[in-house]
Amino acid sequence: MFDTLADKLQGVLGGLRRSGRLDEETIGKAMREIRLALLEADVNFKVVKQFVESVRERALGQDVLRSLTPGQQVVKIVHEELTALMGQGDSRLAFSRPPTVILMVGLQGSGKTTASAKLALRLRKDGKNPALVPADLARPAAIEQLEQLGKQIQIPVYRSELRDPVAVARAGLERARLDGHDVLIIDTAGRLHVDEALMAELVAIRAATKPTNVLLVLDAMTGQEAVTVAEAFQAHVAFDGVILTKLDGDARGGAALSVKAVTGKPIKFASVGEKLDQLEVFHPDRMASRILGMGDVLSLIEKAEEAVEADEAADLERRLRSGEFTFDDFLSSYRMLRKMGPLKGLLSMIPGFGKQMEGMNVDERQMARVEAIILSMTPQERRVPQLINGSRRLRIARGSGSTVQEVNQLLNARKQMQKMMKNLGKGKMPALPPQALGRVGRR
Amino acid sequence: MTLGWPEFFGDAPVAEVEESRRGVLRRLRSGLTRTRTALTERIAAIRFDPEDAETWQELEEALILADVGVQAAGELVQRLGRRRRIDDLGAALTEEVAGLFGPPPRLLLAEKPAVILVVGVNGTGKTTTVGKLAHSLTASGRSVLIGAADTFRAAAEEQLEVWAKRAGADFVGSNRGQDPASVAFDAVEAGIARGRDVVIIDTAGRLHTQANLIEELVKVRRVIERRLPGAPHETLLVLDAMTGQNGIQQARVFSEAVQVTGVALTKLDGTAKGGIVIPIAYDLGLPVKLIGVGEALEDLRPFDAGDFARALVGMAPDGE
Repeated sequence: MFDTLADKLQGVLGGLRRSGRLDEETIGKAMREIRLALLEADVNFKVVKQFVESVRERALGQDVLRSLTPGQQVVKIVHEELTALMGQGDSRLAFSRPPTVILMVGLQGSGKTTASAKLALRLRKDGKNPALVPADLARPAAIEQLEQLGKQIQIPVYRSELRDPVAVARAGLERARLDGHDVLIIDTAGRLHVDEALMAELVAIRAATKPTNVLLVLDAMTGQEAVTVAEAFQAHVAFDGVILTKLDGDARGGAALSVKAVTGKPIKFASVGEKLDQLEVFHPDRMASRILGMGDVLSLIEKAEEAVEADEAADLERRLRSGEFTFDDFLSSYRMLRKMGPLKGLLSMIPGFGKQMEGMNVDERQMARVEAIILSMTPQERRVPQLINGSRRLRIARGSGSTVQEVNQLLNARKQMQKMMKNLGKGKMPALPPQALGRVGRR
Repeated sequence: MTLGWPEFFGDAPVAEVEESRRGVLRRLRSGLTRTRTALTERIAAIRFDPEDAETWQELEEALILADVGVQAAGELVQRLGRRRRIDDLGAALTEEVAGLFGPPPRLLLAEKPAVILVVGVNGTGKTTTVGKLAHSLTASGRSVLIGAADTFRAAAEEQLEVWAKRAGADFVGSNRGQDPASVAFDAVEAGIARGRDVVIIDTAGRLHTQANLIEELVKVRRVIERRLPGAPHETLLVLDAMTGQNGIQQARVFSEAVQVTGVALTKLDGTAKGGIVIPIAYDLGLPVKLIGVGEALEDLRPFDAGDFARALVGMAPDGE
């Protein structure tokens, strides 16, 4: 069962040798999987096409990093490209001579009213003095809804009995100015991007209030049409940024990528719940992971990269492939793993591996003991373990504070692993099988 | 022939007022023409060439762009491909899609009161749909009572009460913060006591990932059933036509929790085609019963697979 994109890609790329370059055919296979993953995540069809092309170009000819499987390597490239495409994550709002006007626009049901209240709360926490204007006259009780929210967070809501949203907005702006507010957030009625009359109304509201920020509120579960919606709003009203809502759900959120790719406008905030304090700054890299359906795998790859010094890795690889596996190699592998942080938590991040971890006790102290035994060997003994006879075993045991039995267990473990390494065709990380070491170091 | 309200409600068929049907078709079509692109024009029946591999690819693209999803799009194209000849793409697609959704839908109103529970994630148009449905029912000569079991969202009750007035329906509300299950209970109780034909219960929008809220919905359903065995007779999942692949998961979770009997697909007056209901039908066998095509009281219709299928690939509805 393939759960993550990394797994799927590894399945597709499994045969590739780890020192190989990513060639055309391999990349072709990988791109198909990526295209599928992105479409399933609701990234717009045309955006996917362009994106896959740019990844293909970048991936061609790249060396496969020794510590990563080819699948992980490709995922890494995709993630980087996605993150770059998502932009810098600029959550700043522009402020003008007070009051700064923020105009909230979007389709019906996108979450504008809730987002307006959340934004007001956030701005007040940032030291501003915001007010709200309910300019949605279309939806029954929309004004009451914003008023009730305003009461909850104690932010004034300037409603008006005027029948025209433009007039209501203008009136609200005047009152906000008179009352000395430095920010005014205008909630508008949801409207279809293809409703000419309502889009014209929005343009009029904009002209009357001259907002410094126009924010498009977009539902994270929006499908392929996100592009059409964004382009239409951009063409008519021109927005400055996006608030992505309902991110507390499990929609992958490809719409975010589509909108950014097509309009270039950044996603400023993420709304992650119905409580009014649940508005977050937007993180492009996290969004990229989410779109890929990846979770934590990425941080593991990053850690793996840091831990591996290129030379060390290249040399180890050469020896592994030729079937040699000395205690020096053992030591480097251990040290690599050690650098990466607490073992179990990390190993459980590896897709598929996590399940195997469940029964196991990967004990740090065990590892330390193993390391001690190896360090008690002479460099020659580490290189040529076959030399280690009875008297040497005794010496090593004494030097490391362990028993001869434990030294024997370690020697057997190394033999087993050498056999395993020889058969290694799958390109998995040179992780050490804890089972083999399970008995070492236990009293 | 597009399904009319009388048959949908299980009444004797009546000569449909042509005006209302034309009105809806006009709205559907205006949404379509705005999005008619070169791609969809190629797919128009007269130019679809089953021999040309490229048109098959374009058809698949059109389906994916309509949120049908990669898997279901492939499936549909495969099924169409197995046919010997395709003279009329619209007709062929209609057959496939109709086969998927089953016979023209009906609303189960045999009991009195017939209880309809309305559920879905936030922002899909539940409350508006409840209002429109109430109107269609009162227009058919039935008495309706609406229960406001959304006790969470600010002014949800006020919003629903406006709709109840517009539709000429009774209204049962609550105190904000009151347990939704007890409001549902009160509504069913009142419906029985007052001899109403239909009771419609609106609930709060909730993400399917919020386990505690889904559990709350399970409780609402259980309470309704306890008060009136066999109820709710219909549980409608309201789904925004613009929803992407996440819609499948929504349908799955809600279905497992409260036995959804049909989908109300809303906001079809936009540019989205609502293709997500196709993989939902494949995976879960859920029928679509209603479509929403605007924010006015009359902007609701029984689902018609033929119109839906043609709109999916950018063709005009039958008879236009």
